[in-house]
Amino acid sequence: MNTYYDPNDLAKFGKIGEEVPELSRKFFEYYEAVFKEGELTEREKALIALAVAHAVQCPYCIDAYTHACLEKGSNKAEMTEAVHVACAIRGGASLVHGVQMRNICEKISM
Amino acid sequence: MAENVFQTALAGSNLQLNRDHTTTLQINVGRLCNLSCKHCHVDAGPGRQEVMGRETMEAVIGFARRNSFTTIDITGGAPEMMPGITSFLERLAPLTQRLMIRSNLVVLLERGKDDLLELCCRLRVAIVASLPSTNRSQADGQRGQGVWEQSISMLKKLNGLGYGQKGTGLELYLVANPAGAFLPVDQCTAERKFKSDLAGKWGIEFTGLFTFANVPLGRFRTWLERSGNLDAYTDKLVDSFNPATVAGLMCKKLISVSWDGFLYDCDFNLAAGVPYTGTPIHVADAGAIVPGTPIMTGVYCFACTAGSGFT
Repeated sequence: MNTYYDPNDLAKFGKIGEEVPELSRKFFEYYEAVFKEGELTEREKALIALAVAHAVQCPYCIDAYTHACLEKGSNKAEMTEAVHVACAIRGGASLVHGVQMRNICEKISM
Repeated sequence: MAENVFQTALAGSNLQLNRDHTTTLQINVGRLCNLSCKHCHVDAGPGRQEVMGRETMEAVIGFARRNSFTTIDITGGAPEMMPGITSFLERLAPLTQRLMIRSNLVVLLERGKDDLLELCCRLRVAIVASLPSTNRSQADGQRGQGVWEQSISMLKKLNGLGYGQKGTGLELYLVANPAGAFLPVDQCTAERKFKSDLAGKWGIEFTGLFTFANVPLGRFRTWLERSGNLDAYTDKLVDSFNPATVAGLMCKKLISVSWDGFLYDCDFNLAAGVPYTGTPIHVADAGAIVPGTPIMTGVYCFACTAGSGFT
């Protein structure tokens, strides 16, 4: 193995059920249900998944949901905006912790 | 002989692909085009010399007269660039209930094309125009730099002439092929989004939208090979085989004629050089298209049966 991440491994995801099939079945049923059209469209859900994939930095998910977004009718500008949403939340999450830093500073400083 | 994996897939679902009653005549007038789109399955472009001549046009008109086609669909290349296109349209119009012309939109901006547009309005010719995306970079990426801007401009002009407007009888359809090696969006979803985007941002209206998968032939196949996408794209088409699409495939009701007058089951067999019945038949010699005739197939047929299919 030359790298921990191999694009071909994405197709092997289903094999994760070989050891503990019941949990795997429940997970994939749930997963499939989550992405079906509900109050949100399949296109909107794929865009959310793409943004989350970037936030959790999962290359498999980025690959899968880039394809899914295009095939559900999102364009590159919309997908790029979704990635910016992930970026803003990740960046904002770091920055907002600056409040903790400031609180501690205030507490221990004269 | 190599296995025809498409026939194997049909057999695996207990299906056969044979002709129904043929209602549509598709005329591919040639490979000359002002654009060189990356997804083009006939490899059309500015340098191509293959264009339908007068003699073949006469033979095609005779064939249309001998048969009864409810729809005649003119494609290319860019049909607008064929010498004699106006008289061809005038003579075909009385022979069918519905005459359609495929357009890349951009070619209609060229000088001298206003007369053709006026004729299309007068004959109530439906315009079927390519627009892969409402996103500029994706549209230009597929069709060439600046094409998106010009396409929007021509769509506005067509709306001004009444095309795509309710109550005018002038139909304007859009065709959205994916701008890459991925499957098309579900047609209803895509139509909703295009209508919302085009009306909201540019005030453009249209009659309806078709989404078609890109077929791995011609320039698109070359692009797939060069970009390292051919195997994955082919696998995706094969894996997405949907037996439910077979009964409604357009090749069951359509016969295609090439610029030099030979018959094919569809424009993709035409691009692949696989003639109707397997033996070249010239339109001048062709009789009726017989229901039940087996349709020729190749691995590229999976593009028409993927997902919701090409019907």
